[in-house]
Amino acid sequence: MDLMILNLVILVYLLATLYLGYRGWKATKDSEGYMVAGRKTHPYIMAMSYGATFISTSAIVGFGGTAAKFGMGLLWLTFLNIFVGIFIAFVIYGKATRKMGHNLNAMTFPELLGRRFESRFIQVASGLVIFLGMPLYASVVLIGAARFLETTLAINFDLALLVYSVIIAAYVIWGGLRGVMYTDAMQGTIMFLGMAVLLFETYSRLGGVTLAHQALTNMAPLVPADLAAMGHTGWTSMPVLGSPWWWTLVSTIVLGVGIGVLAMPQLVVRFMTVKSNRELNRGVLVGGIFILMMTGVAFAVGALSNVFFLNTRGMIATAVESNVDSIIPVYINATMPEWFIYVFMLTLLAAAMSTSSSQFHTQGTAIGRDIYETLTGQKGGRSILLTRIGVSTAVIMAVILGYYLPGNVIARGTAVFFGLCAAAFLPMYTLGLFWRRTTRAGASAGLIGGTLVTVFMYLFVHKAESAPLGIAKMVLGRDVLITQMPWPVVDPMLIALPISLVLTVLVSLITRPPPERHLDLCFRGMKKG
Amino acid sequence: MLGIDDPLIWGVYILCILSMILCVVYGLINWNRGEEAEVQEIAEEEAWEEEEEKMQSEELGL
Repeated sequence: MDLMILNLVILVYLLATLYLGYRGWKATKDSEGYMVAGRKTHPYIMAMSYGATFISTSAIVGFGGTAAKFGMGLLWLTFLNIFVGIFIAFVIYGKATRKMGHNLNAMTFPELLGRRFESRFIQVASGLVIFLGMPLYASVVLIGAARFLETTLAINFDLALLVYSVIIAAYVIWGGLRGVMYTDAMQGTIMFLGMAVLLFETYSRLGGVTLAHQALTNMAPLVPADLAAMGHTGWTSMPVLGSPWWWTLVSTIVLGVGIGVLAMPQLVVRFMTVKSNRELNRGVLVGGIFILMMTGVAFAVGALSNVFFLNTRGMIATAVESNVDSIIPVYINATMPEWFIYVFMLTLLAAAMSTSSSQFHTQGTAIGRDIYETLTGQKGGRSILLTRIGVSTAVIMAVILGYYLPGNVIARGTAVFFGLCAAAFLPMYTLGLFWRRTTRAGASAGLIGGTLVTVFMYLFVHKAESAPLGIAKMVLGRDVLITQMPWPVVDPMLIALPISLVLTVLVSLITRPPPERHLDLCFRGMKKG
Repeated sequence: MLGIDDPLIWGVYILCILSMILCVVYGLINWNRGEEAEVQEIAEEEAWEEEEEKMQSEELGL
Protein backbone atom coordinates (compact mmCIF):
# COMPACT_ATOMS: atom_id res chain seq x y z
CA MET A 1 0.00 0.00 0.00
CA ASP A 2 1.43 3.33 -1.06
CA LEU A 3 0.04 5.95 1.33
CA MET A 4 1.27 8.85 -0.77
CA ILE A 5 -0.62 7.74 -3.88
CA LEU A 6 -3.66 6.75 -1.82
CA ASN A 7 -3.87 10.15 -0.17
CA LEU A 8 -3.37 11.97 -3.45
CA VAL A 9 -6.12 9.99 -5.13
CA ILE A 10 -8.49 10.55 -2.21
CA LEU A 11 -7.73 14.27 -2.18
CA VAL A 12 -8.30 14.78 -5.90
CA TYR A 13 -11.45 12.70 -5.71
CA LEU A 14 -12.88 14.59 -2.74
CA LEU A 15 -12.09 17.97 -4.29
CA ALA A 16 -13.82 16.97 -7.52
CA THR A 17 -16.83 15.66 -5.58
CA LEU A 18 -17.09 18.83 -3.53
CA TYR A 19 -16.78 21.03 -6.60
CA LEU A 20 -19.43 19.12 -8.53
CA GLY A 21 -21.71 18.93 -5.50
CA TYR A 22 -21.40 22.69 -5.13
CA ARG A 23 -22.09 23.25 -8.81
CA GLY A 24 -25.17 21.04 -8.70
CA TRP A 25 -26.44 22.76 -5.58
CA LYS A 26 -25.82 26.20 -7.08
CA ALA A 27 -27.48 25.30 -10.36
CA THR A 28 -30.70 24.38 -8.60
CA LYS A 29 -30.62 27.31 -6.18
CA ASP A 30 -29.91 30.06 -8.69
CA SER A 31 -32.55 29.25 -11.22
CA GLU A 32 -36.19 30.21 -10.98
CA GLY A 33 -37.41 27.18 -9.17
CA TYR A 34 -36.22 23.65 -9.21
CA MET A 35 -38.07 22.73 -12.35
CA VAL A 36 -36.13 24.93 -14.75
CA ALA A 37 -32.85 23.57 -13.56
CA GLY A 38 -34.34 20.15 -13.90
CA ARG A 39 -35.35 20.78 -17.47
CA LYS A 40 -31.81 21.78 -18.25
CA THR A 41 -30.42 18.63 -16.66
CA HIS A 42 -28.43 16.86 -19.31
CA PRO A 43 -29.84 13.42 -20.11
CA TYR A 44 -26.32 12.04 -19.69
CA ILE A 45 -26.41 13.14 -16.07
CA MET A 46 -29.91 11.79 -15.53
CA ALA A 47 -29.14 8.37 -16.99
CA MET A 48 -25.79 8.13 -15.20
CA SER A 49 -27.49 8.93 -11.94
CA TYR A 50 -30.08 6.21 -12.56
CA GLY A 51 -27.26 3.85 -13.46
CA ALA A 52 -25.26 4.73 -10.37
CA THR A 53 -28.30 3.95 -8.19
CA PHE A 54 -29.07 0.74 -10.07
CA ILE A 55 -25.49 -0.54 -10.12
CA SER A 56 -23.72 -0.82 -6.81
CA THR A 57 -20.99 -2.86 -5.26
CA SER A 58 -23.53 -5.66 -5.23
CA ALA A 59 -23.57 -5.91 -9.02
CA ILE A 60 -19.82 -5.52 -9.54
CA VAL A 61 -18.31 -7.20 -6.49
CA GLY A 62 -21.08 -9.64 -5.54
CA PHE A 63 -22.33 -10.77 -8.93
CA GLY A 64 -18.88 -10.44 -10.53
CA GLY A 65 -17.62 -12.92 -7.92
CA THR A 66 -20.63 -15.12 -8.58
CA ALA A 67 -19.63 -15.17 -12.27
CA ALA A 68 -16.18 -16.42 -11.22
CA LYS A 69 -17.99 -19.38 -9.68
CA PHE A 70 -20.87 -19.96 -12.15
CA GLY A 71 -19.19 -18.75 -15.34
CA MET A 72 -20.49 -16.75 -18.25
CA GLY A 73 -24.08 -17.97 -17.93
CA LEU A 74 -24.50 -14.88 -15.78
CA LEU A 75 -24.43 -12.84 -18.98
CA TRP A 76 -28.13 -13.73 -19.28
CA LEU A 77 -28.59 -11.40 -16.36
CA THR A 78 -26.71 -8.66 -18.21
CA PHE A 79 -29.05 -9.18 -21.14
CA LEU A 80 -32.08 -8.76 -18.85
CA ASN A 81 -30.41 -5.80 -17.10
CA ILE A 82 -30.19 -4.00 -20.43
CA PHE A 83 -33.38 -5.17 -22.11
CA VAL A 84 -35.69 -5.21 -19.07
CA GLY A 85 -33.86 -2.94 -16.62
CA ILE A 86 -33.21 -0.18 -19.13
CA PHE A 87 -35.24 -0.59 -22.30
CA ILE A 88 -38.57 -1.85 -20.96
CA ALA A 89 -38.16 0.03 -17.68
CA PHE A 90 -37.55 3.40 -19.33
CA VAL A 91 -39.70 3.15 -22.43
CA ILE A 92 -42.76 1.34 -21.09
CA TYR A 93 -42.79 1.65 -17.30
CA GLY A 94 -40.88 4.91 -17.01
CA LYS A 95 -43.17 6.99 -19.17
CA ALA A 96 -46.37 5.63 -17.64
CA THR A 97 -45.04 5.94 -14.10
CA ARG A 98 -43.94 9.50 -14.67
CA LYS A 99 -47.34 10.50 -15.97
CA MET A 100 -49.40 8.73 -13.32
CA GLY A 101 -47.04 9.86 -10.57
CA HIS A 102 -47.69 13.45 -11.61
CA ASN A 103 -51.42 12.96 -12.01
CA LEU A 104 -51.68 11.58 -8.49
CA ASN A 105 -49.03 13.83 -6.98
CA ALA A 106 -47.22 10.80 -5.54
CA MET A 107 -43.83 11.12 -3.84
CA THR A 108 -43.00 7.54 -2.99
CA PHE A 109 -43.62 4.20 -4.63
CA PRO A 110 -46.10 3.01 -1.97
CA GLU A 111 -47.88 6.35 -2.30
CA LEU A 112 -48.23 5.88 -6.05
CA LEU A 113 -49.76 2.45 -5.48
CA GLY A 114 -51.90 3.65 -2.58
CA ARG A 115 -53.35 6.56 -4.56
CA ARG A 116 -53.89 4.58 -7.74
CA PHE A 117 -56.01 2.10 -5.79
CA GLU A 118 -57.35 4.61 -3.26
CA SER A 119 -56.19 2.34 -0.50
CA ARG A 120 -54.42 3.24 2.72
CA PHE A 121 -53.90 -0.45 3.35
CA ILE A 122 -51.87 -0.83 0.14
CA GLN A 123 -49.69 2.15 0.97
CA VAL A 124 -49.04 1.04 4.54
CA ALA A 125 -48.49 -2.61 3.68
CA SER A 126 -46.14 -1.72 0.81
CA GLY A 127 -44.23 0.58 3.16
CA LEU A 128 -43.93 -2.29 5.64
CA VAL A 129 -42.69 -4.75 3.02
CA ILE A 130 -40.03 -2.24 1.98
CA PHE A 131 -39.01 -1.32 5.50
CA LEU A 132 -38.70 -4.93 6.60
CA GLY A 133 -37.29 -6.38 3.38
CA MET A 134 -34.81 -3.77 2.28
CA PRO A 135 -32.30 -4.00 5.17
CA LEU A 136 -31.02 -7.26 3.66
CA TYR A 137 -30.28 -5.58 0.32
CA ALA A 138 -28.87 -2.48 2.01
CA SER A 139 -26.67 -4.71 4.10
CA VAL A 140 -25.15 -6.64 1.20
CA VAL A 141 -24.30 -3.35 -0.53
CA LEU A 142 -22.42 -2.34 2.63
CA ILE A 143 -20.69 -5.71 2.69
CA GLY A 144 -19.57 -5.27 -0.93
CA ALA A 145 -17.92 -1.97 -0.11
CA ALA A 146 -16.35 -3.33 3.07
CA ARG A 147 -14.92 -6.36 1.25
CA PHE A 148 -13.14 -4.06 -1.17
CA LEU A 149 -11.76 -1.94 1.68
CA GLU A 150 -10.69 -5.08 3.49
CA THR A 151 -8.70 -6.39 0.52
CA THR A 152 -7.25 -3.11 -0.72
CA LEU A 153 -6.25 -1.56 2.58
CA ALA A 154 -5.51 -4.92 4.18
CA ILE A 155 -7.69 -4.10 7.18
CA ASN A 156 -10.05 -6.26 9.18
CA PHE A 157 -13.52 -6.74 7.62
CA ASP A 158 -15.38 -5.72 10.79
CA LEU A 159 -13.36 -2.53 10.98
CA ALA A 160 -13.92 -1.84 7.27
CA LEU A 161 -17.67 -2.29 7.72
CA LEU A 162 -17.72 0.05 10.70
CA VAL A 163 -15.66 2.75 8.98
CA TYR A 164 -17.76 2.57 5.87
CA SER A 165 -21.03 2.64 7.84
CA VAL A 166 -19.97 5.74 9.76
CA ILE A 167 -19.14 7.47 6.47
CA ILE A 168 -22.43 6.43 4.92
CA ALA A 169 -24.48 7.50 7.95
CA ALA A 170 -22.83 10.91 7.87
CA TYR A 171 -23.41 11.12 4.13
CA VAL A 172 -27.12 10.28 4.37
CA ILE A 173 -27.76 12.57 7.31
CA TRP A 174 -25.59 15.37 5.97
CA GLY A 175 -27.62 15.59 2.81
CA GLY A 176 -26.86 12.88 0.34
CA LEU A 177 -30.58 12.63 -0.34
CA ARG A 178 -30.87 15.62 -2.61
CA GLY A 179 -30.04 13.43 -5.56
CA VAL A 180 -26.58 14.86 -6.06
CA MET A 181 -26.84 14.25 -9.75
CA TYR A 182 -23.54 15.80 -10.73
CA THR A 183 -21.52 13.67 -8.33
CA ASP A 184 -23.53 10.63 -9.38
CA ALA A 185 -22.59 11.37 -12.96
CA MET A 186 -18.93 11.72 -12.06
CA GLN A 187 -19.03 8.44 -10.15
CA GLY A 188 -20.71 6.86 -13.14
CA THR A 189 -18.08 8.21 -15.50
CA ILE A 190 -15.20 6.94 -13.38
CA MET A 191 -16.93 3.58 -13.04
CA PHE A 192 -17.35 3.50 -16.80
CA LEU A 193 -13.69 4.28 -17.46
CA GLY A 194 -12.58 1.91 -14.70
CA MET A 195 -14.59 -0.98 -16.12
CA ALA A 196 -13.31 -0.19 -19.63
CA VAL A 197 -9.72 -0.38 -18.41
CA LEU A 198 -10.54 -3.59 -16.54
CA LEU A 199 -12.06 -5.16 -19.65
CA PHE A 200 -9.19 -4.11 -21.89
CA GLU A 201 -6.52 -5.22 -19.43
CA THR A 202 -8.16 -8.59 -18.85
CA TYR A 203 -8.54 -9.47 -22.53
CA SER A 204 -5.10 -8.19 -23.50
CA ARG A 205 -3.39 -10.09 -20.68
CA LEU A 206 -5.11 -13.28 -21.78
CA GLY A 207 -4.23 -12.89 -25.45
CA GLY A 208 -7.42 -11.36 -26.90
CA VAL A 209 -11.14 -12.14 -26.82
CA THR A 210 -11.19 -15.51 -28.58
CA LEU A 211 -8.03 -16.85 -26.99
CA ALA A 212 -9.16 -15.79 -23.53
CA HIS A 213 -12.53 -17.48 -23.96
CA GLN A 214 -10.87 -20.57 -25.44
CA ALA A 215 -8.58 -20.82 -22.42
CA LEU A 216 -11.62 -20.60 -20.14
CA THR A 217 -13.48 -23.19 -22.23
CA ASN A 218 -10.49 -25.51 -21.92
CA MET A 219 -10.69 -25.28 -18.14
CA ALA A 220 -13.96 -27.23 -17.98
CA PRO A 221 -12.25 -30.38 -16.60
CA LEU A 222 -11.05 -28.31 -13.63
CA VAL A 223 -14.58 -27.82 -12.27
CA PRO A 224 -14.47 -29.12 -8.68
CA ALA A 225 -16.21 -32.47 -8.26
CA ASP A 226 -18.81 -31.19 -5.81
CA LEU A 227 -19.88 -28.43 -8.22
CA ALA A 228 -19.86 -30.81 -11.18
CA ALA A 229 -22.19 -33.07 -9.23
CA MET A 230 -24.62 -30.17 -8.90
CA GLY A 231 -24.59 -29.52 -12.64
CA HIS A 232 -21.62 -27.20 -13.25
CA THR A 233 -20.22 -28.04 -16.71
CA GLY A 234 -17.57 -25.34 -17.10
CA TRP A 235 -17.33 -21.57 -17.22
CA THR A 236 -18.37 -21.09 -20.84
CA SER A 237 -21.33 -23.44 -20.91
CA MET A 238 -24.74 -23.54 -19.28
CA PRO A 239 -25.22 -25.91 -16.33
CA VAL A 240 -26.97 -29.26 -16.92
CA LEU A 241 -30.62 -28.49 -17.66
CA GLY A 242 -32.75 -28.99 -14.55
CA SER A 243 -29.79 -29.49 -12.19
CA PRO A 244 -29.64 -27.58 -8.89
CA TRP A 245 -26.93 -25.35 -10.40
CA TRP A 246 -29.15 -24.59 -13.40
CA TRP A 247 -32.14 -23.69 -11.23
CA THR A 248 -30.06 -21.39 -9.07
CA LEU A 249 -28.53 -19.65 -12.08
CA VAL A 250 -31.71 -19.34 -14.13
CA SER A 251 -34.45 -18.88 -11.54
CA THR A 252 -32.68 -16.99 -8.75
CA ILE A 253 -29.85 -15.06 -10.35
CA VAL A 254 -31.06 -14.36 -13.86
CA LEU A 255 -34.86 -14.15 -13.57
CA GLY A 256 -35.12 -13.06 -9.93
CA VAL A 257 -32.82 -10.09 -10.28
CA GLY A 258 -33.47 -9.43 -13.95
CA ILE A 259 -37.22 -9.02 -13.56
CA GLY A 260 -37.31 -7.75 -9.99
CA VAL A 261 -35.60 -4.53 -11.05
CA LEU A 262 -38.88 -3.28 -12.53
CA ALA A 263 -40.46 -3.04 -9.11
CA MET A 264 -37.54 -1.63 -7.10
CA PRO A 265 -39.02 1.25 -5.08
CA GLN A 266 -35.86 3.40 -5.17
CA LEU A 267 -35.65 3.12 -8.95
CA VAL A 268 -39.36 3.66 -9.61
CA VAL A 269 -39.10 6.93 -7.70
CA ARG A 270 -36.50 8.09 -10.23
CA PHE A 271 -39.09 7.94 -12.99
CA MET A 272 -41.38 10.20 -11.00
CA THR A 273 -38.66 12.83 -10.74
CA VAL A 274 -37.78 12.79 -14.44
CA LYS A 275 -38.75 16.00 -16.19
CA SER A 276 -40.03 14.73 -19.50
CA ASN A 277 -40.22 11.71 -21.74
CA ARG A 278 -37.38 13.17 -23.75
CA GLU A 279 -35.00 12.56 -20.85
CA LEU A 280 -36.19 8.96 -20.69
CA ASN A 281 -35.67 8.50 -24.44
CA ARG A 282 -32.16 9.84 -24.24
CA GLY A 283 -31.50 7.97 -21.02
CA VAL A 284 -32.12 4.68 -22.84
CA LEU A 285 -29.07 5.33 -24.98
CA VAL A 286 -26.76 6.23 -22.13
CA GLY A 287 -28.20 3.57 -19.81
CA GLY A 288 -27.86 0.75 -22.35
CA ILE A 289 -24.16 1.42 -22.85
CA PHE A 290 -23.56 2.02 -19.14
CA ILE A 291 -25.17 -1.20 -17.95
CA LEU A 292 -23.34 -3.29 -20.55
CA MET A 293 -20.09 -1.79 -19.36
CA MET A 294 -20.95 -2.43 -15.71
CA THR A 295 -22.53 -5.85 -15.41
CA GLY A 296 -21.39 -7.18 -18.78
CA VAL A 297 -17.78 -6.42 -17.99
CA ALA A 298 -18.03 -7.52 -14.35
CA PHE A 299 -19.47 -10.91 -15.32
CA ALA A 300 -17.13 -11.55 -18.24
CA VAL A 301 -14.09 -10.49 -16.24
CA GLY A 302 -15.30 -12.41 -13.17
CA ALA A 303 -15.50 -15.61 -15.22
CA LEU A 304 -12.16 -14.91 -16.94
CA SER A 305 -10.43 -14.33 -13.61
CA ASN A 306 -10.29 -18.13 -13.47
CA VAL A 307 -7.86 -18.14 -16.41
CA PHE A 308 -5.73 -15.45 -14.80
CA PHE A 309 -5.57 -17.27 -11.46
CA LEU A 310 -4.81 -20.56 -13.23
CA ASN A 311 -1.94 -18.96 -15.18
CA THR A 312 -0.45 -17.14 -12.23
CA ARG A 313 -1.27 -19.32 -9.22
CA GLY A 314 -2.20 -22.63 -10.76
CA MET A 315 -5.73 -22.74 -9.37
CA ILE A 316 -9.29 -21.60 -10.10
CA ALA A 317 -10.74 -18.42 -8.60
CA THR A 318 -12.80 -20.12 -5.89
CA ALA A 319 -9.68 -22.01 -4.78
CA VAL A 320 -7.76 -18.73 -4.45
CA GLU A 321 -10.60 -17.13 -2.52
CA SER A 322 -13.43 -19.29 -1.22
CA ASN A 323 -15.64 -16.32 -0.40
CA VAL A 324 -16.99 -15.26 -3.80
CA ASP A 325 -17.62 -11.77 -2.42
CA SER A 326 -13.84 -11.26 -2.27
CA ILE A 327 -12.85 -12.60 -5.70
CA ILE A 328 -13.28 -9.33 -7.66
CA PRO A 329 -11.38 -7.28 -5.05
CA VAL A 330 -8.55 -9.85 -5.06
CA TYR A 331 -8.48 -9.98 -8.86
CA ILE A 332 -8.35 -6.19 -9.26
CA ASN A 333 -5.65 -5.92 -6.63
CA ALA A 334 -3.63 -8.55 -8.44
CA THR A 335 -3.95 -7.16 -11.95
CA MET A 336 -4.29 -3.38 -11.88
CA PRO A 337 -1.74 -0.60 -11.29
CA GLU A 338 -1.79 0.75 -7.77
CA TRP A 339 -3.18 4.21 -8.51
CA PHE A 340 -6.00 2.61 -10.45
CA ILE A 341 -6.88 0.30 -7.58
CA TYR A 342 -7.36 3.32 -5.33
CA VAL A 343 -9.44 5.16 -7.90
CA PHE A 344 -11.52 2.05 -8.39
CA MET A 345 -11.93 1.60 -4.65
CA LEU A 346 -13.20 5.13 -4.21
CA THR A 347 -15.50 4.71 -7.16
CA LEU A 348 -16.96 1.52 -5.76
CA LEU A 349 -17.46 3.23 -2.43
CA ALA A 350 -19.13 6.14 -4.15
CA ALA A 351 -21.29 3.77 -6.17
CA ALA A 352 -22.29 2.02 -2.97
CA MET A 353 -23.07 5.37 -1.39
CA SER A 354 -25.43 6.48 -4.14
CA THR A 355 -27.24 3.17 -3.84
CA SER A 356 -27.15 3.03 -0.03
CA SER A 357 -28.39 6.56 0.47
CA SER A 358 -31.40 5.97 -1.77
CA GLN A 359 -32.09 2.68 0.02
CA PHE A 360 -32.00 4.28 3.45
CA HIS A 361 -34.06 7.21 2.25
CA THR A 362 -36.66 4.86 0.80
CA GLN A 363 -36.89 2.98 4.09
CA GLY A 364 -37.14 6.21 6.05
CA THR A 365 -39.97 7.57 3.93
CA ALA A 366 -41.68 4.18 4.12
CA ILE A 367 -41.95 4.63 7.89
CA GLY A 368 -42.58 8.37 8.02
CA ARG A 369 -44.72 9.06 5.02
CA ASP A 370 -46.21 5.76 3.94
CA ILE A 371 -46.93 4.25 7.33
CA TYR A 372 -47.20 7.03 9.91
CA GLU A 373 -48.76 9.78 7.80
CA THR A 374 -51.16 7.41 6.14
CA LEU A 375 -52.33 5.83 9.38
CA THR A 376 -52.67 9.03 11.37
CA GLY A 377 -53.39 11.53 8.63
CA GLN A 378 -50.89 13.87 10.27
CA LYS A 379 -48.25 15.64 8.26
CA GLY A 380 -45.18 17.61 9.22
CA GLY A 381 -43.31 17.53 12.55
CA ARG A 382 -43.76 14.03 13.84
CA SER A 383 -43.70 12.37 10.47
CA ILE A 384 -40.37 14.04 9.70
CA LEU A 385 -39.01 12.89 13.03
CA LEU A 386 -40.22 9.39 12.27
CA THR A 387 -38.62 9.49 8.83
CA ARG A 388 -35.32 10.39 10.49
CA ILE A 389 -35.73 7.65 13.04
CA GLY A 390 -36.61 5.34 10.16
CA VAL A 391 -33.42 6.24 8.31
CA SER A 392 -31.28 5.75 11.43
CA THR A 393 -32.98 2.45 12.21
CA ALA A 394 -32.41 1.30 8.64
CA VAL A 395 -28.70 2.12 8.84
CA ILE A 396 -28.33 0.32 12.16
CA MET A 397 -30.26 -2.72 10.94
CA ALA A 398 -28.10 -2.94 7.82
CA VAL A 399 -24.86 -2.68 9.80
CA ILE A 400 -25.91 -5.29 12.34
CA LEU A 401 -26.94 -7.63 9.53
CA GLY A 402 -23.58 -6.91 7.89
CA TYR A 403 -21.81 -8.37 10.92
CA TYR A 404 -24.03 -11.43 11.15
CA LEU A 405 -24.42 -12.40 7.51
CA PRO A 406 -22.06 -15.13 6.32
CA GLY A 407 -19.71 -14.96 3.30
CA ASN A 408 -20.96 -15.60 -0.24
CA VAL A 409 -24.05 -13.59 0.57
CA ILE A 410 -24.07 -10.49 -1.64
CA ALA A 411 -25.65 -11.94 -4.76
CA ARG A 412 -28.10 -14.08 -2.78
CA GLY A 413 -29.20 -11.24 -0.52
CA THR A 414 -29.77 -9.02 -3.52
CA ALA A 415 -31.78 -11.73 -5.24
CA VAL A 416 -34.02 -12.22 -2.18
CA PHE A 417 -35.04 -8.58 -2.06
CA PHE A 418 -35.49 -8.28 -5.83
CA GLY A 419 -37.63 -11.42 -5.79
CA LEU A 420 -39.74 -10.13 -2.92
CA CYS A 421 -40.36 -6.83 -4.71
CA ALA A 422 -41.26 -8.63 -7.92
CA ALA A 423 -43.82 -10.87 -6.21
CA ALA A 424 -45.30 -8.21 -3.94
CA PHE A 425 -45.40 -5.18 -6.24
CA LEU A 426 -44.86 -6.04 -9.88
CA PRO A 427 -48.35 -7.36 -10.75
CA MET A 428 -50.31 -4.54 -9.14
CA TYR A 429 -47.81 -1.94 -10.33
CA THR A 430 -47.92 -3.19 -13.93
CA LEU A 431 -51.68 -3.73 -14.03
CA GLY A 432 -52.27 -0.49 -12.17
CA LEU A 433 -50.39 1.37 -14.88
CA PHE A 434 -51.83 -0.37 -17.90
CA TRP A 435 -55.18 -1.95 -17.01
CA ARG A 436 -57.95 0.36 -15.85
CA ARG A 437 -60.04 -2.54 -14.60
CA THR A 438 -57.57 -3.40 -11.80
CA THR A 439 -59.37 -2.93 -8.49
CA ARG A 440 -58.31 -2.18 -4.96
CA ALA A 441 -59.27 -5.67 -3.83
CA GLY A 442 -57.35 -7.23 -6.70
CA ALA A 443 -54.22 -5.26 -5.92
CA SER A 444 -54.48 -6.07 -2.21
CA ALA A 445 -54.94 -9.75 -2.95
CA GLY A 446 -51.85 -9.77 -5.18
CA LEU A 447 -49.77 -7.89 -2.63
CA ILE A 448 -50.76 -10.14 0.26
CA GLY A 449 -50.56 -13.34 -1.78
CA GLY A 450 -47.22 -12.52 -3.38
CA THR A 451 -45.64 -11.51 -0.08
CA LEU A 452 -46.94 -14.47 1.92
CA VAL A 453 -46.01 -17.05 -0.72
CA THR A 454 -42.51 -15.53 -0.98
CA VAL A 455 -41.98 -15.58 2.78
CA PHE A 456 -43.39 -19.09 3.06
CA MET A 457 -41.13 -20.37 0.27
CA TYR A 458 -38.04 -18.83 1.84
CA LEU A 459 -38.89 -20.30 5.24
CA PHE A 460 -40.00 -23.76 4.16
CA VAL A 461 -39.23 -24.59 0.53
CA HIS A 462 -36.14 -22.88 -0.91
CA LYS A 463 -33.28 -24.73 0.73
CA ALA A 464 -30.59 -22.05 0.38
CA GLU A 465 -32.54 -19.88 2.85
CA SER A 466 -34.72 -22.37 4.75
CA ALA A 467 -31.75 -24.47 5.92
CA PRO A 468 -29.71 -21.62 7.48
CA LEU A 469 -32.85 -19.95 8.90
CA GLY A 470 -33.78 -23.19 10.63
CA ILE A 471 -37.50 -22.50 11.07
CA ALA A 472 -38.47 -25.39 8.80
CA LYS A 473 -36.24 -27.68 10.84
CA MET A 474 -37.93 -26.52 14.04
CA VAL A 475 -41.47 -26.98 12.71
CA LEU A 476 -41.11 -29.90 10.31
CA GLY A 477 -37.99 -31.62 11.58
CA ARG A 478 -36.29 -31.24 8.19
CA ASP A 479 -34.78 -28.42 6.12
CA VAL A 480 -37.44 -28.28 3.42
CA LEU A 481 -41.12 -29.11 3.11
CA ILE A 482 -40.77 -30.85 -0.27
CA THR A 483 -37.56 -32.79 -0.70
CA GLN A 484 -38.28 -33.88 -4.26
CA MET A 485 -36.23 -32.08 -6.92
CA PRO A 486 -36.40 -29.43 -8.19
CA TRP A 487 -38.49 -27.81 -5.42
CA PRO A 488 -35.65 -27.05 -2.98
CA VAL A 489 -33.86 -25.03 -5.69
CA VAL A 490 -36.73 -23.32 -7.51
CA ASP A 491 -36.59 -19.63 -6.69
CA PRO A 492 -39.61 -18.41 -4.68
CA MET A 493 -40.23 -15.62 -7.17
CA LEU A 494 -40.96 -18.14 -9.89
CA ILE A 495 -43.94 -19.39 -7.87
CA ALA A 496 -44.96 -16.24 -6.00
CA LEU A 497 -45.02 -13.86 -8.97
CA PRO A 498 -47.48 -15.90 -11.08
CA ILE A 499 -49.69 -16.50 -8.02
CA SER A 500 -49.70 -12.81 -7.24
CA LEU A 501 -50.50 -11.98 -10.88
CA VAL A 502 -53.37 -14.46 -11.09
CA LEU A 503 -54.80 -13.25 -7.77
CA THR A 504 -54.67 -9.63 -8.90
CA VAL A 505 -56.43 -10.35 -12.19
CA LEU A 506 -59.05 -12.76 -10.83
CA VAL A 507 -60.03 -10.71 -7.81
CA SER A 508 -60.14 -7.57 -9.97
CA LEU A 509 -62.54 -9.26 -12.37
CA ILE A 510 -64.97 -10.33 -9.65
CA THR A 511 -64.98 -7.03 -7.79
CA ARG A 512 -66.60 -3.76 -8.77
CA PRO A 513 -64.49 -1.61 -11.10
CA PRO A 514 -63.03 1.58 -9.64
CA PRO A 515 -65.04 4.79 -10.22
CA GLU A 516 -64.57 6.25 -13.70
CA ARG A 517 -63.79 9.68 -12.32
CA HIS A 518 -60.86 8.42 -10.32
CA LEU A 519 -59.55 6.45 -13.28
CA ASP A 520 -59.76 9.53 -15.50
CA LEU A 521 -57.60 11.36 -13.00
CA CYS A 522 -55.05 8.52 -12.82
CA PHE A 523 -54.82 8.09 -16.56
CA ARG A 524 -55.04 11.75 -17.54
CA GLY A 525 -52.84 12.37 -20.55
CA MET A 526 -52.13 8.66 -20.98
CA LYS A 527 -53.38 6.40 -23.72
CA LYS A 528 -56.54 4.53 -22.76
CA GLY A 529 -55.35 1.33 -21.18
CA MET B 1 -17.57 -19.05 -31.86
CA LEU B 2 -15.50 -16.51 -29.90
CA GLY B 3 -13.74 -19.42 -28.25
CA ILE B 4 -17.00 -20.56 -26.65
CA ASP B 5 -18.66 -23.85 -27.66
CA ASP B 6 -22.08 -23.53 -26.03
CA PRO B 7 -24.42 -21.54 -28.31
CA LEU B 8 -26.40 -20.43 -25.24
CA ILE B 9 -23.31 -18.61 -24.00
CA TRP B 10 -21.85 -17.09 -27.17
CA GLY B 11 -25.43 -16.33 -28.15
CA VAL B 12 -26.08 -14.30 -25.02
CA TYR B 13 -22.67 -12.63 -25.36
CA ILE B 14 -23.83 -11.29 -28.73
CA LEU B 15 -27.38 -10.66 -27.47
CA CYS B 16 -25.99 -8.33 -24.78
CA ILE B 17 -24.21 -6.28 -27.40
CA LEU B 18 -27.27 -6.27 -29.67
CA SER B 19 -29.55 -5.09 -26.89
CA MET B 20 -27.09 -2.31 -26.14
CA ILE B 21 -27.24 -1.31 -29.81
CA LEU B 22 -31.06 -1.39 -29.63
CA CYS B 23 -30.88 1.09 -26.74
CA VAL B 24 -28.50 3.34 -28.67
CA VAL B 25 -30.62 3.31 -31.83
CA TYR B 26 -33.82 3.95 -29.87
CA GLY B 27 -32.16 6.83 -28.05
CA LEU B 28 -30.88 8.39 -31.26
CA ILE B 29 -34.19 8.09 -33.13
CA ASN B 30 -36.15 9.59 -30.25
CA TRP B 31 -33.47 12.06 -29.18
CA ASN B 32 -35.71 15.10 -29.45
CA ARG B 33 -39.11 13.52 -28.93
CA GLY B 34 -41.25 13.68 -25.85
CA GLU B 35 -40.48 17.13 -24.55
CA GLU B 36 -43.84 18.37 -23.34
CA ALA B 37 -44.65 22.00 -23.14
CA GLU B 38 -48.24 21.71 -21.95
CA VAL B 39 -49.08 24.51 -19.57
CA GLN B 40 -50.98 22.19 -17.28
CA GLU B 41 -48.09 19.78 -17.03
CA ILE B 42 -45.61 22.53 -16.21
CA ALA B 43 -47.85 23.84 -13.44
CA GLU B 44 -48.23 20.31 -12.15
CA GLU B 45 -44.50 19.78 -12.11
CA GLU B 46 -43.90 23.04 -10.38
CA ALA B 47 -46.29 22.19 -7.57
CA TRP B 48 -44.81 18.73 -7.35
CA GLU B 49 -41.24 19.97 -7.18
CA GLU B 50 -42.15 22.56 -4.59
CA GLU B 51 -43.64 19.97 -2.31
CA GLU B 52 -40.73 17.63 -2.91
CA GLU B 53 -38.31 20.43 -2.14
CA LYS B 54 -40.20 21.35 1.01
CA MET B 55 -40.42 17.76 2.17
CA GLN B 56 -36.73 17.14 1.64
CA SER B 57 -35.58 20.32 3.29
CA GLU B 58 -37.85 19.62 6.25
CA GLU B 59 -36.56 16.10 6.49
CA LEU B 60 -32.99 17.21 6.40
CA GLY B 61 -33.67 20.11 8.69
CA LEU B 62 -32.04 22.53 6.26
